[in-house]
Amino acid sequence: MMQRRCSFREATARQRVAHLLDPGSFMEWLGPEQRLTSPHLAALGAPVAFDDGVVIGAGRLHGESVIVVAQEGVFNGGAVGEIHGAKVRGALMRAAREKPRAVLMLVDSGGVRLHEANAGLLAISEIMRALFLVQEAGVPVFALVGGTCGAFGGMGIVTRLCDVVVMSEEGRLGLSGPEVIETVKGVEEFDSRDRALVWRVTGGKIRRALGEAQQLVEDDVAAFREAVTTHTRFTDPQCHEAWSEEGLEREQARLSARRRDYEGVRDAQVIWNGLGVGRQVALMTSEEFNRFLQEAGLA
Amino acid sequence: MEHPALFGVVASGNLEVLVESGSDKTLCDFEVDTSAHGFAPVWQAVLEDFVTRYPVGGLKFSIHDAGATPAVVHLRLVQAFHSLDSGS
Repeated sequence: MMQRRCSFREATARQRVAHLLDPGSFMEWLGPEQRLTSPHLAALGAPVAFDDGVVIGAGRLHGESVIVVAQEGVFNGGAVGEIHGAKVRGALMRAAREKPRAVLMLVDSGGVRLHEANAGLLAISEIMRALFLVQEAGVPVFALVGGTCGAFGGMGIVTRLCDVVVMSEEGRLGLSGPEVIETVKGVEEFDSRDRALVWRVTGGKIRRALGEAQQLVEDDVAAFREAVTTHTRFTDPQCHEAWSEEGLEREQARLSARRRDYEGVRDAQVIWNGLGVGRQVALMTSEEFNRFLQEAGLA
Repeated sequence: MEHPALFGVVASGNLEVLVESGSDKTLCDFEVDTSAHGFAPVWQAVLEDFVTRYPVGGLKFSIHDAGATPAVVHLRLVQAFHSLDSGS
């Protein structure tokens, strides 16, 4: 029987985890029945969620132990509050101690939950610090970005700190989100209601082409699963890519070249035109797009 | 019931439903936390309708609502009830 496709974007955080891991292997920590809801939202009379918008726990992927963090982008934009952040940090700290084969961060977040401003900011910095401890322990961290909110603000930074970033075209990655840019700098700077522009600038294809994401996959939980299980950082526990001085210099050179080549570029369309693919890019499947990058020497 | 079941997400016009084992097999408990005030009779009607259609004795339903319409509330209750069987 053919497995029915499960859209990563359409699924809830809970459904993503269930479909991503080996069936029945997921054990949630601090689940909804524990009712760890946000005291800050309650104080404001705003609706709370039983899991404060994030699912954490351990399970198996391809038979290997993994620790998973999955944010629910539909609840308050997946934003990080005090409880939410403490759950993410706790899962990472446990990963640093228990050393599973990998940590999977299903990032779906606009960043800090503004209702909880300082607590949220503090949580983001604690998450970053914990992430470094996981990496120091030799455990690779995969960011999977394909939800409705994408990965922005503090969680955009956290995503880029991960060892491998897997995105779908529908996924988005950036620092300030489109609406934040428009609010601060005006609609002339960035029209957040121009969906095509938003995805051209922040979507999976341009992020993959610029090297900010390492894998581009279809909007299918099974495709995300395959991207992780076939990656050398997952299959080969001895494979460490610790940054050497030469490595850092190479990366610096790559970023300098990017800045030089694309200075003043305000739309990915200019980059696609320069590569001779113009408007075809939008119609390419992830497979066709990956082949194009390979042939263009950009993979 | 081994694990509690959670269905739905708290978002504008939506709700989440947590289903757990209750204390009394002849009763069904509901706990509703909603951001929309003044709709107690509507909730009463939707929940009464739900319990006449499904064998929910011995279950406890806890709800976080962000202004869902009665039809959506009913749908989520049914989905949460069915998710008990599928174990998801």
